[in-house]
Amino acid sequence: MTPERLRAALRGVPDPEWLDAAIERVAADPATVPRFFAAAARRCGRGPLPDAPGWTADEAARALLLAALPADHAGHAADVYRHGDAAEKLAVLRALPLLPIGAECEPLLHDAIRTNDTRLIAAALGPYSRHLDADAWRQAVLKCVFTGVPLAVVHDLDARADAGLAAMLGGFAVERRAAGREVPADAAALLDRLTAAGSPTVGPAAGPAASPVADPAVPSDARKA
Amino acid sequence: MRIFDPHIHMTSRTTDDYERMAAAGVRAVVEPAFWLGQPRTSPDSFADYFDAIIGWEPFRASQFGVRHHATIALNPKEANDPRCRPVLDLLPRYLEKDGVVAVGEIGYDSMTPAEDEAFAAQLALAVDHGLPAMVHTPHRDKARGVERSLAVVAESGIDPCRVVLDHLNEVTAGLVRDSGCWLGFSIYPDTKMSPPRMVELLRLYGTERMLVNSAADWGRSDPLLTRATGEAMLLAGFTADDVDRVLWRNPVEFYAQSGRLDLTGVDDADADAPGAAGGQPGAGGAGSAGGAASAGGTFAGNSILRGGS
Repeated sequence: MTPERLRAALRGVPDPEWLDAAIERVAADPATVPRFFAAAARRCGRGPLPDAPGWTADEAARALLLAALPADHAGHAADVYRHGDAAEKLAVLRALPLLPIGAECEPLLHDAIRTNDTRLIAAALGPYSRHLDADAWRQAVLKCVFTGVPLAVVHDLDARADAGLAAMLGGFAVERRAAGREVPADAAALLDRLTAAGSPTVGPAAGPAASPVADPAVPSDARKA
Repeated sequence: MRIFDPHIHMTSRTTDDYERMAAAGVRAVVEPAFWLGQPRTSPDSFADYFDAIIGWEPFRASQFGVRHHATIALNPKEANDPRCRPVLDLLPRYLEKDGVVAVGEIGYDSMTPAEDEAFAAQLALAVDHGLPAMVHTPHRDKARGVERSLAVVAESGIDPCRVVLDHLNEVTAGLVRDSGCWLGFSIYPDTKMSPPRMVELLRLYGTERMLVNSAADWGRSDPLLTRATGEAMLLAGFTADDVDRVLWRNPVEFYAQSGRLDLTGVDDADADAPGAAGGQPGAGGAGSAGGAASAGGTFAGNSILRGGS
């Protein structure tokens, strides 16, 4: 997804002039972003955008407001996240991969993953989650399983899933079966894929703590073992 | 019976309450910011509280098909603590949020000069942000407190039809009736107001500008007393339409003045099954990270919050 595609997908919102003016103002005066960011949903709507699958109008409008900033995208994103309601926080998380930033906003992912709001957890596992180290990423995937967030939302799931995740999912499945409880189908399927792919290349005693901390600059395949 | 509870402190209530409320017909609530029982000592703890009632609590409510909005303010009791006064500086940012449908609870507790100042300042904020105001009336020296509150409201220049004075009773209702403000009544197990007394007041004053709430919180209170009041009205000869007006259309009319009330999917008058509300606005398709929890307790087709263990 790109800001240009979101802009095109927002052509049909109830008040496109408002959005155009807001984007212009934010570009000229970044201090105005909190007010426009808060008002975006009631001006642009909250429905899904047919031309931007997976995006709602409010998320897209808020992402465009952040993308329109002239500088310090990370600082403004962190500020509107900190002071945002749940929908604003969600929009910041969705916008992160579209902004010209590095790993500076990774702490926002940790905040979102600590919540029990499944919308925020899901959004934290989008493309920007490449900045999470392997331990945090595995914990986040398990949290999805525990809270019912479908694993389909996890970016790069199969590429990043490693022996450490397989061990955690295996332990989870053992606990669930011992308790007579169900293992969610997507978690069971992932565990099957991981075990079918061959036994973990790390030793049998190796849990997540023994796995190397991922370097975001290293291609995900290189982190698998 | 569809019910909109215009004043309830859900942060103090359990998921059992949400289940019972949804089963009783409660589809929408407004949670006013108020005192937590334990005094707060810094603006930061207010910020966390405000964040909770516009963040986590609406999510919690949505799991039971209940739409949650909030009102934000520095409450009169804590307006007297100099450590909490800087909360007034936090308010403008919160008063721009989608889920915030009024400034409140403001008003009087002990009628001190500090309360005077916070009350007037926050009515001015309501005007600035285009929001209605919810005014708590004091429990001690109530009649004088109501008169004084009405004077402050009149002086502020806010349109009286955008103000509700809450926790009224037989002695104070008449004063507010003539002011053009809305009248709020908190139905409690045995103190503020009861269903039979409420029915008598509705007989006396009619159903216009009347709001019935449970004001349920961390004290002895009952979130189902809105429903009990609706049933008492029917037994007393009021029509189902009268009940719908008092328990649904009136609070909708009052808070809709904010321009921010969002009842998409929960306001269908014909859907009487509890939790029959549709999905949340903004619910995405399967696999969408933007998907919200729908009323049926599903997230993109999966059950949500399996208990976290």
